Amino acid sequence: MAIIFIAAIVVTPFIGGLLRGIDRKLTAHMQGRIGPPIQQPFYDIIKLFSKSQIITTRSPLLLVYGYLLFIVAAVVLFALKQDLLMLILVLGVADVLLVMGSFSTRSPYSQIGSNRELLQMFSYEPILILASIAIYMETGSFLISRIQQPLLPTLWPVYLALLIALIILMRKSPFDISASEHAHQEIVRGIFTEYSGLYLGLIELAHWYELVLVLAVISLLWTAGVWPGILLALFSWFIVLIIDNINARLTWSWMIRTSWVAGIGLSILNIIGLRLFGG
Amino acid sequence: MNWIARSRAKSPWLLHYDCGSCNGCDIEILACLTPLYDIERFGIVNMGNPKHADILLVTGPANHPNYRVLKNLYEQMPEPKVVVVVGSCGCTGGVFHNCPNILGGIDKVIPVDVYVPGCAAKPEAIIDGVVLALEKLKNGK
Repeated sequence: MAIIFIAAIVVTPFIGGLLRGIDRKLTAHMQGRIGPPIQQPFYDIIKLFSKSQIITTRSPLLLVYGYLLFIVAAVVLFALKQDLLMLILVLGVADVLLVMGSFSTRSPYSQIGSNRELLQMFSYEPILILASIAIYMETGSFLISRIQQPLLPTLWPVYLALLIALIILMRKSPFDISASEHAHQEIVRGIFTEYSGLYLGLIELAHWYELVLVLAVISLLWTAGVWPGILLALFSWFIVLIIDNINARLTWSWMIRTSWVAGIGLSILNIIGLRLFGG
Repeated sequence: MNWIARSRAKSPWLLHYDCGSCNGCDIEILACLTPLYDIERFGIVNMGNPKHADILLVTGPANHPNYRVLKNLYEQMPEPKVVVVVGSCGCTGGVFHNCPNILGGIDKVIPVDVYVPGCAAKPEAIIDGVVLALEKLKNGK
């Protein structure tokens, strides 16, 4: 128990950072560039931790620690194979703390960024909750430890909906609206504008945890052994990278429309189908 | 300490500010981002936010209307930071040096670490200048 607990906290950021590094390398290759080395995210985060601190408002600083803490709590919940619904709600609390932090500064970019982050939450949270309900209908429990059989054959519409949620959570191109993650800059850096140095580094660290956690939730859909789930998660991650590179950024209304019509629609149809035909 | 110095040199984030140049140098700076030069190889990212930036890349001469903006941007950047001036106008005032609205080079307003001359400076020269600035950044100035 204690070993799993410590491993989840220590190993997860390394996997997340590595995935981010490979992400940047693959993106660069897709654009005909060479790209930074794979260990680039670790250089970035060490540099951020070593920068001097410029503090504009004090309350976001506490809320950033809260954001990181709640995401780590969600990761630990997953590693100990606890309740899936609980995990998604803890993840939601973490994002609310981040939004509160950005709302408490007076920068207009930060404010617009937090408004858009809230819209993103409205888009992906229902998908995650409906996905966990679909898993519940299939296995008869919200506990992750109770998932025994491969769920993908009956839950493939939920998988497609989860892909939409993954794009939003990874802040990738069609729905990269709250943070301008890839130097698009029309709202400077959106929700992250007012954070610098150590606190930006902590947010980046939390983002690595979050990425691994969401990929782990996707891997639950195919739990026959360990590898099929991991391969499914990595495949979904690669699909998101391709979607990122062939899409323009859309407005928030497009995001809501896509995620609510396609995402929630597919999930609900799947749940109705399970109810009618018994999976 | 060694790890920190290495990370600082490997992950410089840029802030590009056009202090009223003719846009020649700005186009050359953006050319550095294209697949031909691809400065992201060195971990360089164009940030557009002074609070996240390590290197301030300035083009154009310092002038009365916007020297306060330049100073403000410089002060918003967390330490350690370096300033790289691109183009003849930024270095000395260039062809504008006697104009009534011009203060002169960027170094009249904020301390400058690296000068990249040229009208317009070539992308290779800009990359050289930034790499020179990394030596200063590495040691925390």
